[in-house]
Amino acid sequence: MLPLGPGIELVNVRRGFGDTIALAGVDLLVEPGRRVGIVGPSGCGKSTLLSIVCGLDEPDIGHVDVHGRVDAAGRLAHCAWMPQQDLLLPWRSVLANARIPLENQGLSRPEASRQVWPLLARFGLAEFADHRPAALSGGMRQRVSFLRTLAAGKPVLLLDEPFGALDSITRADLQDWLRSTLTDEPRTVLLVTHDVEEALLLCDRVAVMSARPGRILETFDVAPAANITSGATRRARLADPNFVALRDAVLASLERARDPALAAATHDEPAWSNSAWSNSASDGSGARDGAAAPEPTR
Amino acid sequence: MTRAPRASWPRALWPRALWQKVPWQSALVGLVVLGGWEFVTRVLHVEEYILPAPDQVASTLVRRWHDTLASATWVTFKEIVLGFALSLVGGLGLGCALHFSAAARRALYPWLIGSQTIPIVVIAPILAIVFGYGITPKLILVGLICFFPVVVGTLDGLASVDPRLIAMMRTLHGGRLAIFARVEFPAALPSMFTGLRLAAAYAATGAVFGEYSGAADGLGHVMRQGVPQLQSALVFAAIVLLTAMSVAVFALVGAAERLLVPWHRPSAPRTADAGRTHVGRSEPATVYSSQEGTSR
Repeated sequence: MLPLGPGIELVNVRRGFGDTIALAGVDLLVEPGRRVGIVGPSGCGKSTLLSIVCGLDEPDIGHVDVHGRVDAAGRLAHCAWMPQQDLLLPWRSVLANARIPLENQGLSRPEASRQVWPLLARFGLAEFADHRPAALSGGMRQRVSFLRTLAAGKPVLLLDEPFGALDSITRADLQDWLRSTLTDEPRTVLLVTHDVEEALLLCDRVAVMSARPGRILETFDVAPAANITSGATRRARLADPNFVALRDAVLASLERARDPALAAATHDEPAWSNSAWSNSASDGSGARDGAAAPEPTR
Repeated sequence: MTRAPRASWPRALWPRALWQKVPWQSALVGLVVLGGWEFVTRVLHVEEYILPAPDQVASTLVRRWHDTLASATWVTFKEIVLGFALSLVGGLGLGCALHFSAAARRALYPWLIGSQTIPIVVIAPILAIVFGYGITPKLILVGLICFFPVVVGTLDGLASVDPRLIAMMRTLHGGRLAIFARVEFPAALPSMFTGLRLAAAYAATGAVFGEYSGAADGLGHVMRQGVPQLQSALVFAAIVLLTAMSVAVFALVGAAERLLVPWHRPSAPRTADAGRTHVGRSEPATVYSSQEGTSR
């Protein structure tokens, strides 16, 4: 089993692109081995958040610590990232796709294949090892993609709507499958999804993000509140009154998050903050140059 | 475990598709044109030096093969193949180099485009004066024509690789070279082959221009000699050989593409939903990379 290390810590992470503020001060803590789900309206900066954690992007302001590393290269070394698109290489077979992380670490092809083979067998993909991705169903491709992510052998797993492109039956199968896989092989997980049920089924804690500019409005602890035992079947868990109550609470929070006015009202702007941050969302670029700036250039 | 069937090498190189790919309609058009041509020249008693009938061209091809056409074809073949090979190696090499270095791209790209504005007709005789009647000026001309599509195809292919694939590789321990070898280069192959097919089609033109401006042998030389001597059937025979050679080079590039880029064939087996999350090309840039700007 992998040593899971210190987990993920985000403090006041901000990121903007031109006039758009994607993240306006995100604080988040994921203890090692815990699974945290992030739900929020589309375009709220969830994916931006993941790529910052991953080290593919840097925040404008704020502190990001993954597994004790704050530099982008260090974060990249400890994070595995799996997006909604399987991103399998169409010219490689399933086996050759799965062994990419090992090849990238300098292993020879036969040695990489040898090491990845047990995973393929465990994921029920052995008989498709020689198939090209185009010959597989969407669900199977996503399993290959997840296998490849695991084969990178990293303690932190960032899942960006991993089942978003799948039909609901396949998605349910893969959620159960992912849950049992992560029970066998624990990782520190950050799961971004627009599906509240998915977040509640797979995670220990669910954080609700506001519409852009994104920040975390509320968090819900799943296991204690809903008293969900991991052994329960999917149907039993979905029908559990505690689960239903929690889902309703998250959905209500999500509804508040979608309304920018309500979201702004519930949020206390930090005292040091440049007021242009809050202005720019409503009245465009003019506010940034005017009297609202804390340190006029003249 | 069961193994998926794989195309064997000779089969990919010489596919049954070569027959099936030429649609019978196009063969029919060819037959009708040749038949009409033969008919018109015979009925109107057109002189051979004005417009030779297809049968006269064919008999001239056979008759003059040993004394003239065989050696001319061989000379032109060498020029086309060597010139094409030079631009293949140089074009792929330069394309990759320009991809890796923005400075080199800024320094060389304008000159590369400039080189394409040189009128071949004008430069061919100058090259003949400088380099003589040998193979060198022809290689330069073929290279000049073929080089550009190969470089542009390579550069374009490398630059348009899905940025999410590169991000994926970076999260999977992929360094710069691993990304190039395992993602960028293979992903750019279809675009490179587009450039190579264009180059294959142009190569013969370059060789003939070179030979027209001064040569001791070659199909262009045969044409150049044949026209003032009113040996029209011989000129047509040379054209037939040149066309056949061009088509052969083009088909060879196509065979290489089928061999090296089998996943890009439109006929590749796919399941019903395979197109939906198929990597890259057909999809618009996703929310992830474009709007939230993670590709830096």
